[in-house]
Amino acid sequence: MGRNATFWTIWLIATLAGGAVLVAGMVYGGKSRASLLIGETTSGHHQIELACNACHSKPFGSKDDMQNACMGCHGEDLKVSKDSHPKKKFTDPRNADRLEKLAATECITCHTEHRPEITHSMGVTLPTDYCALCHEDVGKNRPSHKGLSFSTCADAGCHNYHDNRALYEDFLEKHATQADLAATPVVALKADPPEVESERPPITQLDAADAPAAHRGDNKVASDWLATAHAKSGVNCSGCHAVGAKSADEVAAKWIAKPDHAACKTCHQMEVKTFTQGRHGMRLADGLLAETNGLFGMFKDKPLSPMSPELARLPMQSKAADKTLTCTTCHAAHAFNTAKAEVDACMSCHDDDHTKAYIGSPHHRLLQAEQAGTGAKGSGVSCATCHMPRETHEDPETYEERLLVTHNQNANLRPNEKMIRSVCMSCHGLGFSIDALADRSLVDRNFTGRPSVRVESIQWVMNRLKEREGKADAPEAD
Amino acid sequence: MKISKTVKIACASGLGVLLIGAGASAKGLEYKDVADMLHAVMESDRTVYTRKVVNRLAVKEKVIKASEHHDDEKTLPLPAQMFRFGAEMVAEKTDKFTYSLLSVWPINKQNAPRTDLEKKGLEFVAANKGQNFYGEESLGGKKYFTAVYADTAVAKACVSCHNEHKDTPRTDFKMGDVMGGVVIRIPMAE
Repeated sequence: MGRNATFWTIWLIATLAGGAVLVAGMVYGGKSRASLLIGETTSGHHQIELACNACHSKPFGSKDDMQNACMGCHGEDLKVSKDSHPKKKFTDPRNADRLEKLAATECITCHTEHRPEITHSMGVTLPTDYCALCHEDVGKNRPSHKGLSFSTCADAGCHNYHDNRALYEDFLEKHATQADLAATPVVALKADPPEVESERPPITQLDAADAPAAHRGDNKVASDWLATAHAKSGVNCSGCHAVGAKSADEVAAKWIAKPDHAACKTCHQMEVKTFTQGRHGMRLADGLLAETNGLFGMFKDKPLSPMSPELARLPMQSKAADKTLTCTTCHAAHAFNTAKAEVDACMSCHDDDHTKAYIGSPHHRLLQAEQAGTGAKGSGVSCATCHMPRETHEDPETYEERLLVTHNQNANLRPNEKMIRSVCMSCHGLGFSIDALADRSLVDRNFTGRPSVRVESIQWVMNRLKEREGKADAPEAD
Repeated sequence: MKISKTVKIACASGLGVLLIGAGASAKGLEYKDVADMLHAVMESDRTVYTRKVVNRLAVKEKVIKASEHHDDEKTLPLPAQMFRFGAEMVAEKTDKFTYSLLSVWPINKQNAPRTDLEKKGLEFVAANKGQNFYGEESLGGKKYFTAVYADTAVAKACVSCHNEHKDTPRTDFKMGDVMGGVVIRIPMAE
């Protein structure tokens, strides 16, 4: 074999081997996968970017497959949000000309992933004046809107494309005259306990703990547990460490030293579900695989690791870099102290201006007053009060309502106007809330001070109302 | 004047099969018949909802109100909304037909006629009481059979709500007036 032939043989083998590694990375996962990302992923998806299957559910999937993947994670929220622009409003052939301009039946028309150079707020990759494509004549019916730039529709605190539950005109009118602060500014108190199949008697004695001798912790572990709602509602050591075990032998056989969210889910389904929908727990959502079975066992199904501050894009404290986020990261086992989870846990990782400004803020002072007994119950405002609010969850079949803590801390931040109804308006007037959330610098100061931004929407609604009343009062012309 | 150009639907025999409901026979149904049948169901259901639910409970018994923001206000959806929700649900279930409630005097401006045929049809049913409008149109490269049926004020609430709504472009509706129209579209076999 001549030198040339040898060279080309080696070149061919190296090329094929390199190609094979890349293809394997794409299909099955592994270390080469990260290098295959075609562009920085959006802030909403970067945590799960190596679980390609989350969005690319099939190797040569159709647009429908992609749409189904989007709706698989976001569909429920859109439904709850009373999406103003659902797909079903656009499929009518009368909108065919509009769809040619903007395929509003598919999420990826406006939210294209891996395109950082054109991605702006809320992961939108269209030019920000997209509303004009269908609503170009808005000034005709709304003189107040004449001459406004279409790029301000969604970023001036007035409209959202999807969720307008706190922004629609009649809602603004109804709450137009609310005071900045309600007469009794309190939030809903304790969440409902989890639903369990059978009631168990409370455990009041340390010696009732059913942990096998080999797994007994120190006295603090046991006394912490005995003081919790867990012990009071009859949840023994095995309730978390050996789920489903019915005898001492089974407890020993099934024992897990550090139970994860799967164990918590036994009783706290909604909490874990929402946890895995938000930025704290999304990497632990079912079916997200960094690596999938294949190539004769060379690759094995491997879920993503839990989220860690070092992977975050938001500012985090360096000392927290290597923490991993599971339920017990914030709810330290075995005390499960919710008071610590609602502020201390957050502040032990987050290091942004808003977090740092919380201590000493009006909301924090209210929390301190409540804790000291000088403030009314429910008047304190912790991080969780706003970011993991207690919300009523309704069973779609029975309409039974339960007050539960949503653990998707991002649900009401996409965008932050989603917080108005579920959180802010428990204590504040609508106008004040809209203005405060639109004031970035006030948000950074954790609401120390008053809004310096004035969103005109309520004023415009009232002006329109006045004009109409004026017209109604005016004598009819001949 | 009847502008219908009905076209036979080829049935079961192979090409562009469009089987609609149990009414489709071996000979097939005309688009017009299918549209008329669909409209008969739509109109009846909405009238039942208006009379037996909204009018009876809200107007006569006064046990509940009906309002636009029914979720927030814990009231009944308005009959027009009930109709729309049905149309949206159908849109999620099938692409074999679509329907909508439109008007040349719409409260929500998105419900104004958008195609030439919609405009022509709505104007026709408003001007020719008791007559329907049928036509064909091409939208997005596809051909549709389009039927328009007059939507008439059957309850006092229809009139008062439309006349008083802050977004209404017309304030002199009376009982029995044509307020808009139901537009049914069926994609035609190529």
